Parts: sequence; C-alpha cells; structure tokens
Amino acid sequence: MLGQGFSFAALSSQFLVGLSRAMILFVVCAGLSFVLGVLRVPNVAHGALYMIGAFSAYSISTLFGNSSTGFWLTLILAPLVVALVSLIAERVLFCHLYQREHLMLLLFTFALSLILGDLVKLVWGATYRSVLAPAVLRGSIFILGSPFPRYNLFLLTVGPLVAAGLWFFTNKTKMGKIARAAAVDREMVGALGINVSWVFAAAFVIGCYLAGLGGALVAPTVSVTLGMDHTIIIEAFLIVTIGGLGNIWGALVGSLIFGVTQALGVLFWPQFAIVFPYAAVVIVLLLRPRGLLKSVW
Amino acid sequence: MVKGLIDSKRLWPVLGIFVILLILPPLHAPRFYIYILSLMFVTSLLAMSLNLTVGYGGMFQFHHCAFYGVGAYTFALMLTKTSLPMWVGFIAGPIAAAVVGLLIGWFCVRLTQLYFGMLQISLGSLIWAIVFRWYNFTGGDDGIHGIPRPSILSSSNNTYYFILLVLVICLAALYTIVKSPFGATLQAIRDNPQRCEAVGINVRRHQLIAIVLAAFFAGIAGDLFVVLERSVFPDLLFWTLSLEIFIMCLLGGWFTFAGPMLGAAIIVALRTFVGKYTEYWTLILGVILILLIFFLPEGVMGYLLRISKSASQRISGRSQVDAASRGHA
Repeated sequence: MLGQGFSFAALSSQFLVGLSRAMILFVVCAGLSFVLGVLRVPNVAHGALYMIGAFSAYSISTLFGNSSTGFWLTLILAPLVVALVSLIAERVLFCHLYQREHLMLLLFTFALSLILGDLVKLVWGATYRSVLAPAVLRGSIFILGSPFPRYNLFLLTVGPLVAAGLWFFTNKTKMGKIARAAAVDREMVGALGINVSWVFAAAFVIGCYLAGLGGALVAPTVSVTLGMDHTIIIEAFLIVTIGGLGNIWGALVGSLIFGVTQALGVLFWPQFAIVFPYAAVVIVLLLRPRGLLKSVW
Repeated sequence: MVKGLIDSKRLWPVLGIFVILLILPPLHAPRFYIYILSLMFVTSLLAMSLNLTVGYGGMFQFHHCAFYGVGAYTFALMLTKTSLPMWVGFIAGPIAAAVVGLLIGWFCVRLTQLYFGMLQISLGSLIWAIVFRWYNFTGGDDGIHGIPRPSILSSSNNTYYFILLVLVICLAALYTIVKSPFGATLQAIRDNPQRCEAVGINVRRHQLIAIVLAAFFAGIAGDLFVVLERSVFPDLLFWTLSLEIFIMCLLGGWFTFAGPMLGAAIIVALRTFVGKYTEYWTLILGVILILLIFFLPEGVMGYLLRISKSASQRISGRSQVDAASRGHA
C-alpha cells in the first residue's frame, strides 16, 4: 500500500506540497469564513467566484502574452473582477434579502452559484485552460534532494502575507473592527449609527475578493476548468466548519489539516488519497462539532 | 380547493384519478416521454423522502443523496457481484441506506441547524470519497454500467409501471407516517424543540427515527434509479445533488405534502426540455430560483394553496352573503 520511495525526504517534500495547497485553501476559506462571520450566510457561490477568479486570471495573462508582468497584474486584477461581480450581485439582489429567513439566503447564494457557473461556461467555454507561471517561478528547486516547484514556494510566502493582511485589517483598521463588531451584534452596530447594509456589502465583497485571489493563485498549478467550483466549495465549507464558523484563524488551522492530510495521503495510500482529508474532517467534527477554534456564531 | 384535494381525506380518490391518468401514457406516448416520467417519479420519491426531515422535521439534512447513492450502489452491487434474486437486492438497498442513515443520524442529532448540516456533509462526503476511489469494488469514478435487469423489467413500459407502483406505495407509506402521531410529534419538534423537550418528548430519538425513515425511502429511490438507468456512478453521492434535492423541496413547497414532488417534476422537466434547446439550463434554473425567492418564498405548491384558500374564502363569503340575502327575500 505504501507509495514508492517512502522516506524522510519524500515525507518532507510531500508535507511542503500539502502546506502550499493549504495556503490556497486558506485564502479561499478565509474569505468564506469572513462572510460567514459577518453575514451569517454560508455563501455557496464562493466556489463559483473562485472559478471566475481562475478564468479571469487566464484571460488577463493571455492578454499580456503570458509575460511575467501579466502574471503579477493578474494577481491584482482577477480578484478585482470577482469583487466587482460580487458587489453587483450584492447591491442589486442580495441586500434586499437580509431580513428574510436564513434558508432563503442560502438558497439565494445557491441560485447565484448556478448562474455564475453557467456564465463562466458562456464566457470562457467548456475547454481546459492553463495559466503559465512567470519565468522566475517556473521549474523546481531541490530541498533535501527532492524537487520542489518554485511556484509552491511562492504560495508558501503568499499565505502568511494574506493572513498578516487579514489580521491587520480586522484588528487595526476601523473598517475591520466594525466588521468584527457586526459579526457579534449587528443591532448594536446599527444603533451606533453605522450603515449595517454597507458593512455587509463590504464584508461580502472582501470575502469574494479572497475567493478571486485564491482562484488567481491556483490557476498556474491546475488546469482551469468548469466544475472546479464544486470541488472547492465543499472543501471550503468543511474547512471553515472544522476551524470554527466565522473564525479566520480557524480557517487557517482547517486548511492546514485538510491540505496536509491530503498530501500525506498521496504518500501513504495514493488510491484513497482524497479520503484522508474527509476522514480528518469527520474525526475533528466528531470530537469537536463546533470546530477547533471559537466560532463567532 | 387545492388544499382540500391535497391535504384532506379526499386525497385517496384524487390520488386514484392521478394514478389512472399515469397508467395511460405508455399506451400512446413515445418512449422518451415514458423515460422522463419515470425519472420524475424516481426524483419525486427522493425529494419526498428528504422532505420528511427537512419540511416535517425542520432538520438541515444537507447530504441526503448519500443515502440515495448507498441504496443504488447496494442494489447495483448485489445485482452484479452476487447471484441472489433481484428482490433480495431490492430490499437490501433501502436497508443499507437506513443503516447508514442510523449511523450518520446518530452523530448528527446531537447538533442543530448548520452544525448538523455540516457534520452530515462531512460524513456523506467521506462515503462519496471512498466510493469514488474504490475502483475494484464500486468501479471508482466510472461507476457500474450495464447492470442486468430481470426480464420482467426489460421493456421500458414495464419499468415505468414498476416504478409507478413502488412510488404509489411509498407515497402512501410516507403519507401515513406524516399523519401518524409520530409525524405530529415530529412537526411539533420542528416548531418548538425546547417545548417538546420540556413536555418529555425524546427529541433526538424522534429526529433519528425520521432520518432513518428518510434514508430508507431514499434507498428505495436509489433502487428505482438502478432499475431505470441500469447504471450507478459517484455523482449520485456528490454534494451538489443533495443541494439540488434540497432545492426541489424549497421550490415545490416544503410545508406541503406533495410540494417536493412538484418541485422534482419541475426540475427534471426544466433540465430535459430547457436542456434540449440550450446547454445553459442551470442558468435558467438559477434565474427561476431567484424569482422564486423574491416572489414566491413559500414555494409553488404553497402559493397554490394560499391563492386557493383565499379564493375559497371569497366563494364561501359570497355564498354566505347569498344565503343572507335569500333569507331576507
């Protein structure tokens, strides 16, 4: 059952692969968790927005002839495209539903995910797309004698940067503090004369921005295709749950568990690699059904 | 009037007429329509079984198709890997689904709402992941195709009648459950779990029984899917299908008995007929859902009930006025 070449070197390199996968998951899940914390809505459309991020990354980088500049611009522009889409959806439709029953909000995000998923098909078609990493990040370096993609190293630096940025935003800026306050007690925030509707809009757009960023980051490592929204959304939901609903650091812990178990599973029992993270989630939820860290709910 | 037809003792004659109408199509309709109707029946049963927990139990049953898939796979594996007669497999499917329902439900009923739903998604996804990769047993992501069917079910008309028969029996059983004291208790738990706990009802046990029953009927739906399609694949267990069934309940009207059936029929019809003209049928479904959320939050059946209620009130009000005016005359 054990994979070929099972050794310390293989273990550590696979562990790093898991960590870099966890970084992408973290970026996506932090956004989902943020929306969940402030709006109390599990945003099913988050996966579709991630997919839009990846496809936008493809278009933008093609526009710049797959140049390195193009790639860096992609990381800035693709999430903005997603943020714009989510802002429109929020202001035109979603914001009218906040007073409604919770299940209806969930249903709305599902409907949105169906529409966005098909719009992606309409705009980009059903073919596989790929995005080239910039020249600096192509190829591999050797760690402990085993090759490790440079792009993954890049991901390993982006993850902590995003985490630090989120920490700064939620703890040090007024906007972030308002968002955290709205997550705990939205009536009180409203009573203090803050426009809660716009706080919700901002939180939703920031969360979706992170989905787009995740999509742009993942694009060079996978083939960008329809259906990638379904895979990511279920993983993201589970990660957010095991971390603690609405807790961004929980999303980080959950992503690490999910990414690393998946990568190590490949080493131990390749055929059932995808079973490992799900089993890990089940174990965590059976032991701590409300997640590892404190939920804001 | 519609309410009178659906939710009262007049159900049986209406159901009878409905069934008679449904017996007719195979005599004339082309095979394609027979197939679509059969598919509607299977999906209806699946949605109705989910509604036992969602509509009547108020639980966030987010991964119902896990039970559907387990039923279908069990039946399919019994047919392909053993030489047991078909009916053994047909019974084994729902029983396996109910056992899985018991296992998953056992853990889920300790939680409520979103936590309940999330735990169920994780457990159901675990089953999906195993089925998806266990190539030498479940066929992995390819699934199992060309499952043998007993000769009596070889024609599409016979399959149609068989599925219709099973559906009618299951609906009668579900209706009996819903109208039983158990069903009433379940609805009371949905409306106020704390109060039920306080008056000495074992809330968790009732919820668990509801999940097991729902899983059992989902397993039967899985059986019927195998009879109809002669194949199984991991998508039967994938979470998006669960969401789709959930949507059927909400679309048709989850506070009514027959609503989910209507929702299932609408979605199957949409996919088939809109899907014929455009490959963007989910876009249209999404738009319909959004219109529904904004304009018909109680679902199609709920809406029909509401307008029929107000219409009948108008009629009865008018007849009272008539009677009064006659009295004076």
